[in-house]
Amino acid sequence: MNKQETLFNYILRIADSQLILGHRLSEWTGHGPMLEEELASANTALDLIGQANSLYAYATQVEGKGRTEDDLAYLRSEREFFNHLLSEQPRGDFGFSMLRQMLCDAFDVLFYSALMKSSDNTLSGIAAKAYKESQYHLRHSSSWTERLGDGTEESHQRMQNSLNELWRFTDDLFAMRAADLELVNTGIAVDTSSFREAWFKQVSEVLERATLTIPTHAFMQKGSLEGRHTEHLGYLLAEMQSLHRAIPGVKW
Amino acid sequence: MDATALAANFENKLAKNENIEPKDWMPDNYRKHLIRQISQHAHSEVVGMLPEGNWITRAPSLRRKMVLLAKVQDEGGHGLYLYSAAETLGISREELLHQLLSGKAKYSSIFNYPTLSWADMGAIGWLVDGAAIMNQVMLQRTSYGPYARAMVRICKEESFHQRQGYEIMSVLAAGSPEQKAMAQDALNRFWWPTLMMFGPSDANSANSENAIKWKIKRESNDQLRQRFVNQTIPQAELIGLTIPDAQLKWNEAKQGYDFGEPDWEEFNQVIHGNGPCNKERLGARLKAHDDGKWVREAAAAYASKRKLVAA
Ligand SMILES: [Fe+2]
Ligand SMILES: [Fe+2]
Repeated sequence: MNKQETLFNYILRIADSQLILGHRLSEWTGHGPMLEEELASANTALDLIGQANSLYAYATQVEGKGRTEDDLAYLRSEREFFNHLLSEQPRGDFGFSMLRQMLCDAFDVLFYSALMKSSDNTLSGIAAKAYKESQYHLRHSSSWTERLGDGTEESHQRMQNSLNELWRFTDDLFAMRAADLELVNTGIAVDTSSFREAWFKQVSEVLERATLTIPTHAFMQKGSLEGRHTEHLGYLLAEMQSLHRAIPGVKW
Repeated sequence: MDATALAANFENKLAKNENIEPKDWMPDNYRKHLIRQISQHAHSEVVGMLPEGNWITRAPSLRRKMVLLAKVQDEGGHGLYLYSAAETLGISREELLHQLLSGKAKYSSIFNYPTLSWADMGAIGWLVDGAAIMNQVMLQRTSYGPYARAMVRICKEESFHQRQGYEIMSVLAAGSPEQKAMAQDALNRFWWPTLMMFGPSDANSANSENAIKWKIKRESNDQLRQRFVNQTIPQAELIGLTIPDAQLKWNEAKQGYDFGEPDWEEFNQVIHGNGPCNKERLGARLKAHDDGKWVREAAAAYASKRKLVAA
């Protein structure tokens, strides 16, 4: 892989994760526990899909093959998507979605704050905007995690079940390719291991306030960077890409 | 002031086109009429999120996905402003929600039609938001202050929605044969239900007379419908789509179009629960409400725990 391809794949990893997570959140529109929360989910989804859009636009430039943002989002198959496994899990109940969101938002805040210092001006620019958005998202998802974890007996049990279910995908958030280290060395990319502890600390604090316990024996699932996903992604893409693929090559 | 003086004061304000405000005295029937109208309007915004929400996960480009999501979010925001306006009349949001979920309150019949293709996102923005604007522009001058002010805010967003919808339609109409057919089909399905949105002819509309007298409404259903038709025909022609009405004809004398009569029997059926999606729409809101019960309970429990800690 040359440097250009490495960078292209690196950008796709970020873009795909935000698109898929945003897509999952957008599924709450019209179906939330209260109108205010439907609007909040739509808001976060819009931010995430907006981030993906900017990142895809940059990826097409880096690739230089004349593909568009939509080609990247709508014409790749599941084996070519590099989103993290957390993002693609079905939305579950509202607490499941908020807990997943908190885990991802905590990652995004730290990741983007590091990427803001990238020597690549386009990436640092996208990161600066996304960083602010992520902080806001994290406040929202943490507060729901706390309220639902420490709410009623039922809500506590639901949240603990969700945490048990989700925790096994958290290693995969931090996955990096060997080739990415070159980008790290030139100051373009972020070494995710550099903020792994900070993430754990942040997340543990929220979960502690939520009276939830991190499972200790979770076997960590991986594979998203090689395009090995859970079975859920295939269905998500089948839905998301159906119309775009049904009438190929037209303007929408 | 005694009752007669209060009533005279109210009439006087209406005559001078001054707004009635929440603390002002108002006749009971005026209050009831407004609660019914504003809450129906709010429910329509909220139920209206569903037919368009149906295409968010399948929107055919990233840009369309974002615009649609933002639009549906706007509609939810309209619902919130309107619920607040209704609350100024002394009814709680919970009671309003209960009226919707129990099937007691009505919402616009248009949202009981299904969205079967992407072009329906165009047709809804262009026609349904377009028809809503006719009504809402008038309501910016409605006599009840909070309602009028909510409308000013909402109207700006609605005209944006209408332009977006028309843009979707024009891209499809200029696209591949499949896309063009999709656009025409959406227009065929949404045209008549859109005309029904203005309600039956005022002669047959039970609530119209009072609404006009109280300056809640300032134009008749037929006037608004006529204006909508006059505005929309040239827009359809411009992008090469055909309005599905054989009786449509320019009338030089009235400087407007003559057009056919919507099927009011269908309208009555839809209003009485027999539209193609009445069950699905209310069912979706009920399911969301039931599924969210544990969340609302947990939030309340958490809040009361904090209060105990603080106390
Ligand atoms: Fe609206
Ligand atoms: Fe609208």
